Amino acid sequence: MFPKGTKRKFSDSGDEPAAGGEDVNQPSSVAVRMLSSYSLQRQSLLDMSLIKLQLCHMLVEPNLCRSVLIANTVRQIQEEMTQDGTWQIMTQALSAANAAAQCSADRLVATEVLCRQTEATQGEQVLKPFPAVGSEGCPAEEEEEVVVEEEGEGGPQPPTCQAPLAWTPAGKRKMDSRTAEQVFGTFEIKNPAPSPDPALEELFSDVDASYYDLDTVLTGMQSAPKMGPYDLLESLSSHGPSPLSSSTSCRSDLNELDHIMEIIVGS
Amino acid sequence: MAGAGGGSNDVQWCFSQVKGAIDDDVAEADIISTVEFNHSGELLATGDKGGRVVIFQQEIENKPQCRSEYNVYSTFQSHEPEFDYLKSLEIEEKINKIRWLPQKNAAQFLLSTNDKTIKLWKISERDKRPEGYNLKEEDGRYIDPNTVTALRVPVFRPMDLMVEASPRRVFANAHTYHINSISINSDHETYLSADDLRINLWHQEITDRSFNIVDIKPANMEELTEVITAAEFHPHQCNTFVYSSSKGTIRLCDMRASALCDTHSKLFEEPEDPSNRSFFSEIISSISDVKFSHNGRYMMTRDYLSVKIWDLNMESRPVETYQVHEYLRNKLCSLYENDCIFDKFECCWNGNDSVVMTGSYNNFFRMFDRGQRRDVTLEASREGSKPQQVLKPRKVCADGKRKKDEISVDSLDFNKKILHTAWHPQDNVIAVATTNNLYIFQDKVN
Repeated sequence: MFPKGTKRKFSDSGDEPAAGGEDVNQPSSVAVRMLSSYSLQRQSLLDMSLIKLQLCHMLVEPNLCRSVLIANTVRQIQEEMTQDGTWQIMTQALSAANAAAQCSADRLVATEVLCRQTEATQGEQVLKPFPAVGSEGCPAEEEEEVVVEEEGEGGPQPPTCQAPLAWTPAGKRKMDSRTAEQVFGTFEIKNPAPSPDPALEELFSDVDASYYDLDTVLTGMQSAPKMGPYDLLESLSSHGPSPLSSSTSCRSDLNELDHIMEIIVGS
Repeated sequence: MAGAGGGSNDVQWCFSQVKGAIDDDVAEADIISTVEFNHSGELLATGDKGGRVVIFQQEIENKPQCRSEYNVYSTFQSHEPEFDYLKSLEIEEKINKIRWLPQKNAAQFLLSTNDKTIKLWKISERDKRPEGYNLKEEDGRYIDPNTVTALRVPVFRPMDLMVEASPRRVFANAHTYHINSISINSDHETYLSADDLRINLWHQEITDRSFNIVDIKPANMEELTEVITAAEFHPHQCNTFVYSSSKGTIRLCDMRASALCDTHSKLFEEPEDPSNRSFFSEIISSISDVKFSHNGRYMMTRDYLSVKIWDLNMESRPVETYQVHEYLRNKLCSLYENDCIFDKFECCWNGNDSVVMTGSYNNFFRMFDRGQRRDVTLEASREGSKPQQVLKPRKVCADGKRKKDEISVDSLDFNKKILHTAWHPQDNVIAVATTNNLYIFQDKVN
């Protein structure tokens, strides 16, 4: 199933011996290749995790344990990316691309994702307090007060639950559903990549095949996003800004990342 | 592995019965969500996603050849779907846990819970009815008193057995988060219920009040990084309980120390193995189940890949660790992608605490004999379901060199998971729940 000899553990990929035929005169390129492979895998894991956090069950309360575990994973990745400088580069590129973006690189993304509303209740009149972590944090009395205020005064009120950013739920909800569609729509479009780095392409084929095989082998499984990491890797990681790739195609595809960051940051 | 002694190599597990629909089309409501024997083992309760409880009773038979069979005793709708209007969210009727109360009189009592509400059910038998009223006919019509010339005393006459289930208490509105555990105290008066962030103590008779004994909710929910995953009372010490967390820790608390047991008396945690560190380390360390041994000296925890036995006197590391499906360690990324990594497997002890059992994928389940240091993998499937057919041990091959009768990791069906298992308190009878079927296996009686 996996390409033979390849056991890809995220923490171990840096230690894996290179494939046969390594040229001892070029140890740095091998190291660079391994590093970029690890970064790509880490990036795809981050993307997968963020999507998992966004996709909530529409009618039933999301599983808090699962959300917390995914959020902790995202935090872990972010911390590591912050330590090796990748995170700053990514957020700087995004804020350069979008002047209005309110990216706050300091703030941990996961908590904001947890605190944002789900797309569950479009068009509902009653103010839905924060779902996921935020709303569950509000005791019943607080929620009642919010609802009462809502009905009394009419216009949308920011929830009383603690939120990192002030935002109007009703307006946000609409934008979220729109941006969510755009994001998902973006994911399903495989952008014709203008001749990506052949070295990276080679790496993708390794990782992609294994994921694709996994998908076909583990049949009948319900992956939350219908596209697999194969698509994620293709559309996101390959075009995402990375310290190793200076492709100018990054800029046009930054819009896709931008959509994701918008959802995350809530700008 | 026998209740009365004997090693695991002596026991051969045979198919006994299977309950549930045969067809592969599984109705969502029929998915079994909990399995529990009562204290004598005579009754076996299952709860499903549709909020129903089905109780099976072991018939007393005198056949020496085989043990008695379990037949349906009572079926009732325990919980109904609800709607939380404040949050605009449905409350699932799925039964998360069933716990039997120790029997005090002719009736049986159990606690069943969904995400938000716990109910105490009384299951009683009626096999006699009064006959011979003076003012009422047998069909219920009233008799004109003026026509009565003689009086008689009504008597009880036997009738066909009727099993009635009636809700006696409803314990509601005490949990903001989803209830994952209930546990009945050895004092026979109180019980605890645990959700993701809080544990409450109830009196069995009082429904409008409960005491919060553990609260790990942070003041700022953004700082939430750990949740409660399971909790249980000590089987003998009514002041002691444990709760497990999503970070792989178990805390033992003593209710005599303070009213709010946020500070633990003991913290059980195994240091992480740095060689196995990955982004998934925390997720697979999350404990899905914790169970005290019957003798109260040990407790068992289940995380994603292993079962650990802890001595209550040693907090630093478990005394025994058993790998359930180590071959999945390389597949954690895809198991994360399809959400299987979040599956919550349960575990159970046998009657004399010598063997532990837990489920896996592909309808496999595993037993670990602690004394003999042996383990076996068995399968719950229709293929092995001829009466008294001995179960053949299964083997999963992790590398490419698959031997005959082995199954490769890539062929495992991750939709067929055994999350819930139960062991008869005295005998070698086990109940194993696949998605919508309940298998009952017994040891081969020679």
